[in-house]
Amino acid sequence: MTVWIAVVATGLGCYALKLAGLVAPRRVLADPRVRRFSELVPVALLTALVAVQTLAHGRAVVLDGPRLAGLAAAVISLLLRAPFLIVLLAAAVVTAGLRAFGL
Amino acid sequence: MDSPLTRSAVRDGLGVGLAVGLSGLAFGAAAVAAGLGVAQACVLSLVAFSGASQFALIGVVAGGGNMIAGAVGAVLLGGRNGLYGLRLAETLRVRGWRRLLTAHLVIDETTAVATAQPGPRPARAGFWATAISLFTVWNLATLLGALGAARLGSPETYGLDVVGPAAFLALLWPRLTAGRTERRVAALAAVVAVAATPLLPAGVPVMLSAVAALAGIVGRRSGAEPDDRGETESVTASLPPMTVSEEDP
Repeated sequence: MTVWIAVVATGLGCYALKLAGLVAPRRVLADPRVRRFSELVPVALLTALVAVQTLAHGRAVVLDGPRLAGLAAAVISLLLRAPFLIVLLAAAVVTAGLRAFGL
Repeated sequence: MDSPLTRSAVRDGLGVGLAVGLSGLAFGAAAVAAGLGVAQACVLSLVAFSGASQFALIGVVAGGGNMIAGAVGAVLLGGRNGLYGLRLAETLRVRGWRRLLTAHLVIDETTAVATAQPGPRPARAGFWATAISLFTVWNLATLLGALGAARLGSPETYGLDVVGPAAFLALLWPRLTAGRTERRVAALAAVVAVAATPLLPAGVPVMLSAVAALAGIVGRRSGAEPDDRGETESVTASLPPMTVSEEDP
């Protein structure tokens, strides 16, 4: 039962935050600095997410070889201007391949 | 009517929806392994629809932690969606009751695809393509993952754990290669988030990295040229000197 309450509370809370940003008054963005900030926020947060998802294991910072190699494969694919899905595929195949060899 | 830019945005969106949506398999499997029922796992995917928050909650359930703290932590993790909404509101141009529906879909993936597009029309196309495909695939994959938890094995076997980071990186790529301010903000954000990871509860480090965006506008104001061409690239060049620990702290 408590799990159900936590599930519903999480859903409601997440939704409220999403809605808050979307319905915030447009005046907030009138200041060019606030506007620029709001443009840079996704860059900052998504990059942080890439870093944390790649390096964090719970609260420890761990260098997971196959995962790092997969991300490196993604970077190389991007430098070679590969299409989006090829980038994802390269990352997953390299990571899975290295793990299959027990690395 | 269908410009190449719009088609390309839709392609990006469907790609993200399918690829990231499949990691719902991992979520469903992990949720059941953590002790949630199949129905609980599916409802969580439907109502929270925010992967990071969902994983945070089941982590607390698995660890036998306090449910209230778990829910608060998961919601806190969703705080960034509010910041995304602020950025997307103007681009999406939704009004009235439609905002209630659209809000549910403002998450990492839809924001990443929408903000990667060169104009408002492709941005909207990308947002909706991502939202619809990801919502569908994520929820179906959660169900399948929850039902077949034992048979699937670890999602890491298939390299699914690297798909999310690779997708975000690919979507950020054009902005990182185009702007020096963007690169500095990105580098600083990564350093802040990784440095804060051992110190703060999961989710907070990513939120904290928003200070990098603040640093971006402060740096811009003091810079002599509006397009940042005069600035050095030293921050980008010296990436994080990371504190590396073993498996467990």
